[in-house]
Amino acid sequence: MIHSLFLINSSGDIFLEKHWKSVVSRSVCDYFFEAQERATEAENVPPVIPTPHHYLLSVYRHKIFFVAVIQTEVPPLFVIEFLHRVVDTFQDYFGVCSEPVIKDNVVVVYEVLEEMLDNGFPLATESNILKELIKPPTILRTVVNTITGSTNVGDQLPTGQLSVVPWRRTGVKYTNNEAYFDVIEEIDAIIDKSGSTVTAEIQGVIDACVKLTGMPDLTLSFMNPRLLDDVSFHPCVRFKRWESERILSFIPPDGNFRLLSYHVSAQNLVAIPVYVKHSISFRDSSSLGRFEITVGPKQTMGKAIEGVTVASQMPRGVLNMSLTPSQGTHTFDPVTKMLSWDVGKINPQKLPSLKGTMSLQAGASKPDENPTINLQFKIQQLAISGLKVNRLDMYGEKYKPFKGIKYMTKAGRFQVRT
Amino acid sequence: MSSNSFAYNEQSAGGEATELGQEATSTISPSGAFGLFSSDLKKNEDLKQMLESNKDSAKLDAMKRIVGMIAKGKNASELFPAVVKNVASKNIEIKKLVYVYLVRYAEEQQDLALLSISTFQRALKDPNQLIRASALRVLSSIRVPIIVPIMMLAIKEASADLSPYVRKNAAHAIQKLYSLDPDQKEMLIEVIEKLLKDKSTLVAGSVVMAFEEVCPDRIDLIHKNYRKLCNLLVDVEEWGQVVIIHMLTRYARTQFVSPWKEGDGLEDNEKNFYESDDEQKEKADKRKAYAMDPDHRLLIRNTKPLLQSRNAAVVMAVAQLYWHIAPKSETGVISKSLVRLLRSNREVQYIVLQNIATMSIQRKGMFEPYLKSFYVRSTDPTMIKTLKLEILTNLANEANISTLLREFQTYVKSQDKQFAAATIQTIGRCATNISEVTDTCLNGLVCLLSNRDEIVVAESVVVIKKLLQMQPAQHGEIIKHMAKLLDSITVPVARASILWLIGENCERVPKIAPDVLRKTAKSFTSEDDLVKLQILNLGAKLYLTNSKQTKLLTQYILNLGKYDQNYDIRDRTRFIRQLIVPNEKSGALSKYAKKIFLAQKPAPLLESPFKDRDHFQLGTLSHTLNTKATGYLELSNWPEVAPDPSVRNVEVIELAKEWTPAGKAKKENSVKKFYSESEEEEDSSDSSSDSESGSGSESGELGESGEERDSSEDSSEDSSSGQDSESESESGVQSKRAAKKNSKPKGKSGCEDGEKENEKSKTSESSNAESSSIEESSSDSESESDSESEAESRRVAKEKEKKTKQDRNPLTKDVSLLDLDDFNPVSTPVALPTPVLSPSLTADLEGLNLSTSSSVISVSTPVFVPMKSHVLLHRMSGKGLAASYYFPRQPCIFGDKMVSVQITLNNTTDQKIENIHIGEKKLPMGMQMHVFNPVDSLEPEGSITVSMGIDFCDSTQTASFQLCTKDDCFSVSIQPPVGELLLPVAMSEKDFKKEQGMLTGMNETSAIIVAAPQNFTPSVILQKVVNVANVGAVPSGQDNIQRFAAKTVHSGSLMLVTVELKEGSTAQLIINTEKTVIGSVLLRELKPVLSQG
Repeated sequence: MIHSLFLINSSGDIFLEKHWKSVVSRSVCDYFFEAQERATEAENVPPVIPTPHHYLLSVYRHKIFFVAVIQTEVPPLFVIEFLHRVVDTFQDYFGVCSEPVIKDNVVVVYEVLEEMLDNGFPLATESNILKELIKPPTILRTVVNTITGSTNVGDQLPTGQLSVVPWRRTGVKYTNNEAYFDVIEEIDAIIDKSGSTVTAEIQGVIDACVKLTGMPDLTLSFMNPRLLDDVSFHPCVRFKRWESERILSFIPPDGNFRLLSYHVSAQNLVAIPVYVKHSISFRDSSSLGRFEITVGPKQTMGKAIEGVTVASQMPRGVLNMSLTPSQGTHTFDPVTKMLSWDVGKINPQKLPSLKGTMSLQAGASKPDENPTINLQFKIQQLAISGLKVNRLDMYGEKYKPFKGIKYMTKAGRFQVRT
Repeated sequence: MSSNSFAYNEQSAGGEATELGQEATSTISPSGAFGLFSSDLKKNEDLKQMLESNKDSAKLDAMKRIVGMIAKGKNASELFPAVVKNVASKNIEIKKLVYVYLVRYAEEQQDLALLSISTFQRALKDPNQLIRASALRVLSSIRVPIIVPIMMLAIKEASADLSPYVRKNAAHAIQKLYSLDPDQKEMLIEVIEKLLKDKSTLVAGSVVMAFEEVCPDRIDLIHKNYRKLCNLLVDVEEWGQVVIIHMLTRYARTQFVSPWKEGDGLEDNEKNFYESDDEQKEKADKRKAYAMDPDHRLLIRNTKPLLQSRNAAVVMAVAQLYWHIAPKSETGVISKSLVRLLRSNREVQYIVLQNIATMSIQRKGMFEPYLKSFYVRSTDPTMIKTLKLEILTNLANEANISTLLREFQTYVKSQDKQFAAATIQTIGRCATNISEVTDTCLNGLVCLLSNRDEIVVAESVVVIKKLLQMQPAQHGEIIKHMAKLLDSITVPVARASILWLIGENCERVPKIAPDVLRKTAKSFTSEDDLVKLQILNLGAKLYLTNSKQTKLLTQYILNLGKYDQNYDIRDRTRFIRQLIVPNEKSGALSKYAKKIFLAQKPAPLLESPFKDRDHFQLGTLSHTLNTKATGYLELSNWPEVAPDPSVRNVEVIELAKEWTPAGKAKKENSVKKFYSESEEEEDSSDSSSDSESGSGSESGELGESGEERDSSEDSSEDSSSGQDSESESESGVQSKRAAKKNSKPKGKSGCEDGEKENEKSKTSESSNAESSSIEESSSDSESESDSESEAESRRVAKEKEKKTKQDRNPLTKDVSLLDLDDFNPVSTPVALPTPVLSPSLTADLEGLNLSTSSSVISVSTPVFVPMKSHVLLHRMSGKGLAASYYFPRQPCIFGDKMVSVQITLNNTTDQKIENIHIGEKKLPMGMQMHVFNPVDSLEPEGSITVSMGIDFCDSTQTASFQLCTKDDCFSVSIQPPVGELLLPVAMSEKDFKKEQGMLTGMNETSAIIVAAPQNFTPSVILQKVVNVANVGAVPSGQDNIQRFAAKTVHSGSLMLVTVELKEGSTAQLIINTEKTVIGSVLLRELKPVLSQG
């Protein structure tokens, strides 16, 4: 399946290569560079590139291209999904996934990749198992290793690979037993010029951080499970119980993991918690344009809207902008034409606004489209769909764990057309 | 140390430069880069020294640096000898890094790589399964052709390993060996065949992968495993799921008849989709002729839960399975999941959207409810935008077109001009597809002609041209407008389009056309080739219709064209001149010039670029690229008539047999059933052959029965889960039990059964607990695999029926009853009568057995013989504790060089005997013994069987040890009969002869036997020989010769026994073996037995 993997940074250097079958010359990447040149933007590089003898499948994350070389027919999503899993693993191991970090930890990276694939076929992709095989580097361990000469390769064998619950490592022990669940919902919306909703959906996830001793068996039930229209589970969730009782029953992996992601049915009208008032105008004759936007709360169930940021890609004709925000800070990059405004918290009494003028290229015609505004915000302690966790129970272990549930609503891909 | 690393830093800085230097040296003269080159040598020298030091930390440091070099793509091959020395290092990290290095460079340094092989061979025999597995992994990754036989042997052995993890690695190794040496294909297929029968979820994905790589056309290997794979699917790891689903899709297309009704596809393309759906249902009701094969249904049902997977590849795999094999009315379920994937990363979106695009052409209705999910955001990358646009176009219909057009308006204004252009094309397509909006679209496009952006205008012109071609009559105004645009537009395609349009309609715009020609004639030389051709065309058309005004102009243009640089244009000029300008040479054609040029041209069809992709299987690379990728496997068309569905039944029958209480079965099985028996047992050898007593093996099977039951369509799911939860508690997962309890209200009776079973097995199981727990736990997860909750009423009824049945005869409740109840008609209600081993099937099995011949030694299951029990400790000398032992003739679970021995302990006293264990051992050199777990207590009159393993080193020396109780110690000893030091081997006659040929001379002993002729019938000889020795019969082509093969347990040397009947009631007995001592002893023992009356 996967023949080789090349890691390429944004300046086009191959800084890591790994082969699982016979060695494929790195010159194969030339085809990739060609495509990259043609695409102008990194985002637009096609994920699948055919070359005379190979196929290059790539993902682009953290400003790094992960290019997998394959030789024969294989479901492309198989490779792509795997590459994403690799990136996730790196992130899990090193905190961030960037070129310098990978270069610093090249040995660990190599060891991890070696375990993840055998002859190009995924072998161990569960983070719990991998961490048992190869310990992630921590500052403390690095120091200890240099002094004592011990290693970051686990000396135990990966027993998890053999168990019924391959996602959980064995012999977990904590002094404080805790289980936290974060219900995070994201609103994807497109709002048109007049402020009406073109499309809006809620996508939610439940991320868990479980630190429990032994082999706990958890059940999580909802007040209103019918809300969930489409769900996908972590492999630990027992599907049958969900089907029959709408209860999540599972033996959790150790540590952080995504328990569930869901989609709230489109029939339910989505409450849009913010509105944006805007007036952006270019005049044909003058080289000045007016710009004004105001952000305000709407249907927030009394919760405060925080962490608001506004970003907008201005037309090419805009040379500069002179704006004054009523709160927060703003920047405009004259090269990329990116305007961003970090608003912060919205005070319903005094709505934040950004006003000013734009200077346009002299002689250029007026841009025929107004820029779209991308909005980010956060609302704590609110799940906008109304989803509520009913209770969390633990079986199989005797101690009393500390349980916590947190709700949050965020803007997903939230776009306002002007 | 610190100074050392400092030095390295310096050097590595130099090393960077060396890199460049090295490249230069390889091609250009070495002299220039000599200095640099030598410093490179020095650097590696330093690494070599570190590798040779005896401090692990230095070695580790060196290895880390080398791995760093490999990662950067630098050449580190010259360090090979120094690195390979460390392959047996005790330090686990050094070892791992050496493996990394070895796998990378072994191909280049084949001779040196061989040095490491013995290390892996040794590790292959390690008692720890993980070490065995990793040894196999590395060994098979070393791409050195010389070791192919070693690899083959290792794979064969590993595929029979007790640990599923090792077997999984064996499956991976198959692919590696195949790519190294395709000549091994036949043998590898045998291994694949064996592994396909594996019941472990760990193995399933990997072996199917190997199957796909090595022999994807051997669909016949799947038949018997089809149902098992369907049932295991949910519990296989996610990557395996993808591979299995793709394989099963192909399988289903060859084995089942089409569930689609004729004309289905056409109906879907019709606009009234919703109605047609209802109609379909009605039709289906009317037409009962088609009944879906239950196996077909099983696959569709069992894959459905996987739509909920977090892995996009799995979801896509299920989606394509539904698309290709499910009835059209059921395909709808996949759309929701596919739309969910659109939330994922850009790459995933890209692939999913492509597949949705293909689907939406054929079946709009599937994705129509999700129309808004395909709306484009300004932040999407262009490729995503275009794909979304494509889907929106496919989904457009009268109902939603107005919304869509409004949406398109926004897109046209997008800053991304490429996208805007694509939108304009889309509008054009919508206009042609939906006649109601053609005019609206056309007007909109005309407005766009005044757009400031040239790309937008050009695209609009091209699209308008296509639209006008369909209904030119009423659009004179638009043409005039476009003629005016010619002054401002510079994009060649657009200019060419306008010229063509004017030429076509020159009679409708008689005043403008000549003027346009005049203008373009002026600029002819500076135009693009594309435009030049159209100017020529325009000239020709005008010449024919309006020659008075344009004759001279046209001739001028033709003259210009004659001397053009481009030969296409010169050609065209010559062609047109001959055709339109009358001269004496011009033939008959010029008469028809007008007809030729001004013929009615068919309007172009504006089609989706995804139209022709549907002949590729969805979700494949070939589909994404729209070309056939290497190794693409064509999805066959549905067969007209379904192939025999009973080929998949084998498993059910086998299971039914497995299920009969082992003890009984053994007695019933006559020697003549030998072939079919061994075949079956091989199948389940991983679970049953290791456990000794019948009941022990049953507990392993128990869970599997649950799994089988799921396969039968309407068997009681609840009762099986009840049973499973019991067996789980056996293996120690207490917690699950609590959870399960809630979910098993119905299957009470079933679960009681399970309990009973387990109790029975518990008594004899104690020592096997470890090995069987793996089996149990895997079967436990199987129960979850069945995530079906469609409670069909039929099923419920059946369940009730069964329950009452069980209630009625609670006393006669026993295993076989239960299993019959389960396997009976349920799985295949129509096609299958009660499972009986049909004669034809037996023949099949026989054939299979014959075909599994190979020259490599593979252990087969022993021929059954009555157990001969030997006294170990007499009750008189044991103070009431009696012990006897026998050889169960199974491969020992404690080590593959050991002979397994079962010891039955009896308490004949009237008091408890406590703490029975093995004390001091007095073993001859080399002999080893794996003792049984101490027995805590033995009740009066109680008896217990424990198993142990002894490595006799292929000798008949006695193993003496002490059998101790709490109070006493008794010296006992076991002397093995020579026949028990063997394990039967399956081989073909041909291989037998080959092996025999190699074991002649010293290695051959023979004797003549005389006996009555009735003693020389094949069955009698077989019985007699196997009574004495644990050998396997070799199928023989001649009536007068019988052959038996075995290998010694310790060294694995072959032991070949031949009985050749001569005339006059004599026979010759020949034994060929390397182990001459054992050979002659065996001969001595066989001789009297065979000559006895």
